[in-house]
Amino acid sequence: MFDNITLGQYYPAQSVVHALDPRMKICLLVLSIVAIFLAGNLLAFVPVMAFLALACKMSRVPVKLLIRGLKPLRFILVFTFLLNLFFLQGETPLLNLGFAVIKKEALILSVHYALRLVLLVLFSSLLTLTTAPVTLTDGLERLLSPLRVIHFPAHEMAMMMTIALRFIPTLLEEADKIMKAQTARGADFESGNLIKRAKAMVPLLVPLFVSAFRRAGDLAMAMEARCYHGGEGRTRLRVLKMAKNDYLALGAMGLLIACVVLLSRVY
Amino acid sequence: MPDLIFDVQNVSFAYEEGGPLAVRSLSLQVPKGAFYAVLGQNGSGKSTLAKLMNGLYLPTEGSVSVCGMDTKDEKHTWDIRCRAGMVFQNPDNQLVATIVREDVAFGLENIGVPTEEMPGRIEQALRDVGMTEYAERAPHLLSGGQKQRVAIAGVLAMRPEAILFDESTAMLDPQGRREVLSAVKRLNRELGLTVIWITHFMEEAVDCDKVFVMHSGEIALSGTPREVFAREEALRALRLDVPPMAHLAQTLREAGMPVQDVLTVEDMVREAKRLCR
Repeated sequence: MFDNITLGQYYPAQSVVHALDPRMKICLLVLSIVAIFLAGNLLAFVPVMAFLALACKMSRVPVKLLIRGLKPLRFILVFTFLLNLFFLQGETPLLNLGFAVIKKEALILSVHYALRLVLLVLFSSLLTLTTAPVTLTDGLERLLSPLRVIHFPAHEMAMMMTIALRFIPTLLEEADKIMKAQTARGADFESGNLIKRAKAMVPLLVPLFVSAFRRAGDLAMAMEARCYHGGEGRTRLRVLKMAKNDYLALGAMGLLIACVVLLSRVY
Repeated sequence: MPDLIFDVQNVSFAYEEGGPLAVRSLSLQVPKGAFYAVLGQNGSGKSTLAKLMNGLYLPTEGSVSVCGMDTKDEKHTWDIRCRAGMVFQNPDNQLVATIVREDVAFGLENIGVPTEEMPGRIEQALRDVGMTEYAERAPHLLSGGQKQRVAIAGVLAMRPEAILFDESTAMLDPQGRREVLSAVKRLNRELGLTVIWITHFMEEAVDCDKVFVMHSGEIALSGTPREVFAREEALRALRLDVPPMAHLAQTLREAGMPVQDVLTVEDMVREAKRLCR
């Protein structure tokens, strides 16, 4: 049952995109979101899509894998598209369906919004596909660490994420074990309606929670025994360093934003 | 004694104020390079003793000092835990990172070892426990014995004087148990690492320097393994078993065979040969 839960969606490969500094990749994602929202017309999306295609090509991530990131969003995409299509205001009628009239302006705007959503998802997918979760956590910690001034617990947050990543497989294994034990004692997890199946999860979740708390206690003790005392005075095994490629990528992103602004202004 | 690693003086400890004592006025001195075993039933206080010895718990009464530093002195806390590392029972619940070498680095990062120094120390520690080829693996894919060896490497990288093993083999299969124990014995022999081996497996204590048997928070028996395991009656009274070969020797003695000093299979073979001559 738990086999299909994959940890993140990291696609290991040797590529320029994989090798970029995680901090830079996170910044680039934020900037790409800016670019997407700056695009004022459909034409302005062309350079954004071209940039994405190029990045995908350079990352050696199969396009199929990237597109798969849209799958969970397909209903929302179709739903919002149709909603926009029928309810947005416009002047030029395009198609009369009898019960509603589709306007040209509405069509353009709906496509615009849908495209915006698709691109947002694709850019963030590209980040998680090319960056291992641990590296991503590292990058986030480093990026957020200036916020320590306002008491934002950047180190603690990153540590929590690392521990979560470390324990997800362990807890899955345990859940599987508990499930088998409960099944052997007559529990039924597979049949019945949604409510019945949700209720059947209780004898699985209670022992899992109890054990998770015990693990947390043990782990805290073990971390203390290994001199863990928060982020202060801590050194790191891996030191992130920006390289030439990182700045090149940043430059390319800058050009992209310029293009988008220009195209939005011109038309 | 100049080279005393642990000096436990009349220590008592209660988990809650006024509650029952888990350890009662216990004293214990551990010289540098020693391999001491602490045996005892569940709830005999042996785990509590271990946690008192690196300052995870502070004594309610008495004092514990590690390399001359009092565990009650807060400014020494991290120094003490560096000198006296600890390996726990559950192999899953003490590894922090998602990759073996990063887990070994965890302690080093905590004590602020410079980044340039880390890879060398990590490699050395992994080599010492024979886990070099697993450096890039994810911990959850390792066997129990391997996980415990990674945990040992994590402590070793911090260059401790001593390691406290709190029932570190209790959750392992026989293969994993042998793996871990032989690694620890080698570290003790080759690196002169002081070892406190806490266990409820009698046979794991047969070739250590000294055995302490705990019972309701006190040391009930102590001495060399030969002295302690010869007292089968006393051990039985504490609900402990003697190692199988010692028991066999005892039975043979009762049947009139003069076998002496038997703890391991090798001892028994030697005695059998001697008697057959």
